[in-house]
Amino acid sequence: MVLVVPLLLFIGVTFLAPLGMMLLRSVHDPVVADALPETLGILGEWDGEGLPPEAAYEAIARELTRAREERTVGQVAGRVNRVESGMRSLFTRTARGLQDVTEGPWRDVMVGLDEAWGQPAVWNAVRATGQRFTARHYLNAVDMQRLPDGSVTRQPEERRIYMSLMWRTLWVSGAITLLCLVLGYPIAHLIAHSPPRRANLLLLLVLVPFWTSLLVRTTAWIVLLQTQGVLNDILVAIGLVGDDGRLTMIYNMTGTIVAMTHVLLPFMVLPLYSVMRAIPPRYMDAAASLGATPAQAFRRVYWPQTLPGVGAGSLLVFILAIGYYITPALVGGSSGQLISNMVAYHMQTSLNWGLAGALGGIMLAGVFVLYVLYDRLVGIERLSLS
Amino acid sequence: MPALTSAAGSRQVPLGRYAYLAFCALVFLFLVAPILVIVPLSFNAEPYFTFTEGMLRFEGEAYSLRWYREIVENEEWRRSLVNSLTIGISATALATVLGTLAALGLANAHMPARRLVTGLLISPMVTPVIISAAGMFFFYSSIGLGQTHLGLILAHTALGIPFVVITVTATLASFDNNLTRAAASLGAGPVRTFRKVQLPLIAPGVLSGGLFAFATSFDEVVVVLFMAGVEQRTIPRQMWAGIREQISPAILAVATFLIGFAVLLLFAVEWLRRRNGSAPARR
Repeated sequence: MVLVVPLLLFIGVTFLAPLGMMLLRSVHDPVVADALPETLGILGEWDGEGLPPEAAYEAIARELTRAREERTVGQVAGRVNRVESGMRSLFTRTARGLQDVTEGPWRDVMVGLDEAWGQPAVWNAVRATGQRFTARHYLNAVDMQRLPDGSVTRQPEERRIYMSLMWRTLWVSGAITLLCLVLGYPIAHLIAHSPPRRANLLLLLVLVPFWTSLLVRTTAWIVLLQTQGVLNDILVAIGLVGDDGRLTMIYNMTGTIVAMTHVLLPFMVLPLYSVMRAIPPRYMDAAASLGATPAQAFRRVYWPQTLPGVGAGSLLVFILAIGYYITPALVGGSSGQLISNMVAYHMQTSLNWGLAGALGGIMLAGVFVLYVLYDRLVGIERLSLS
Repeated sequence: MPALTSAAGSRQVPLGRYAYLAFCALVFLFLVAPILVIVPLSFNAEPYFTFTEGMLRFEGEAYSLRWYREIVENEEWRRSLVNSLTIGISATALATVLGTLAALGLANAHMPARRLVTGLLISPMVTPVIISAAGMFFFYSSIGLGQTHLGLILAHTALGIPFVVITVTATLASFDNNLTRAAASLGAGPVRTFRKVQLPLIAPGVLSGGLFAFATSFDEVVVVLFMAGVEQRTIPRQMWAGIREQISPAILAVATFLIGFAVLLLFAVEWLRRRNGSAPARR
């Protein structure tokens, strides 16, 4: 019992704390609140219509100048810009312009620098981003937004991207799971009911790809499927397609599905195999001797006994598929991207870490539900490894 | 699927049986084709990813070792190999020690909240790796371990631990607790009992767990992508760059090396599994 403590602490620090930190980021963003505390204090009493009082202009002028000195104005501008477009340049330009001004009236000074400061929308955006704790990223991740008056509506049509991406991830994962089942069931059956020597040999054909590096297998599919690749060369050589009619099989959804099915197939075959191996052949013989046709015997006797394997394999493949990143990123092109790729995009390119955290949080919740389901059906301690 | 039943049933329907075997053959081809195609192409004398006419006619000069020479001479590939081995071996050692201890603790009959604890310890394996990587990026850079070897070692240890916990737990399930009682009754202390009685018996499970942890680290690219600087690039990270940026058959040479390595690991694990009799690695 004491022996578990070191590892529990280790996992807590090296794994669970990072996850917690990511989830915290998805609801907690102190950048604007820390940079503009006085402004936000005054805006707290403002009714949101008309313009805020002179004191707000004075406060934001002082705080923007300070933010510029501390080089945080870019971060503040970026945050506000996510709520209201055009704010990034407004903030950085205003902060620069305020350098040369020493006294007010500040409203006139700021409206003089940019007319936008005379519009309530700017102030609403400041107030909205000034909250330390916010559901904004989660709303954003399900294509919703909060209007200045506090109501929640769907994003305008052209900004709805994440829900359709989530659905795409779900159906692609479902399709891959089904493909793995259709391809994996017969070979698991063949291996399970072969004599030991042959079974071992065939099992090797499943295990070698399973142990081979993911990047190697993905590279291999690029080599096989690209327009100047091996498969197209074969098709041209046997005259099935013309040299100018080479098929586009990669850098799109086809590429993602083919490569991912290949990567995940062993996760289906191995649990199926271990269930099928335990089914005595005499059950099928008994069914046949009682007059069942092969199809009946399969449907009524064999298939039901393999259901635990079907469930375990399918859940495992599905869980792994919805979190996949590397393969779609390398062979998916733009149409074969999944939700993970969007998380990576917001982590590395747009630097909208709050949104990345929210998308990750939603994925995590989905995987958690499936994980609990797996635990109920199969038991996590029986998670198969090879 | 009548074709299926004909294989198991006593009545053979030849046509269905052949269709079934042909289908299986195609699936096996699908499984191994990518590997079969990479190995010969890595000996391509030309900078192409497809078989040249010379290769198809088996002409000697169509094949060469130029890509192997290139990766051996390349500073970046050499450094990435060193990084992969350093990080992989350190993470494996940590994961194996901590994971084995925890598995011993979990096997104790008085372990409270076993299900919850097992779930927590195994969670790095089921969490989508992009999410782990994102969280680790935030966390490790905030404590000053971003872009360091130590940070990557800790991260990879966390990812490898579930494999050790699972394999060792499975081995312990078939362990006869009377043996430890016998050792204790003969006057051996807990440490001595562990070293002389338990460890030799569960060693195959511990080793195969370690191999799984090593394979996980050696093949891991997402966390490395988020956390590593140029100095910490590993082999998979270098391949990633190669596939995305300047794709050259040198990658196929690395890939061939990795395939060979995978086969070695596979045989090691299978050998351990057979030694252990109780088949811990496979359910």
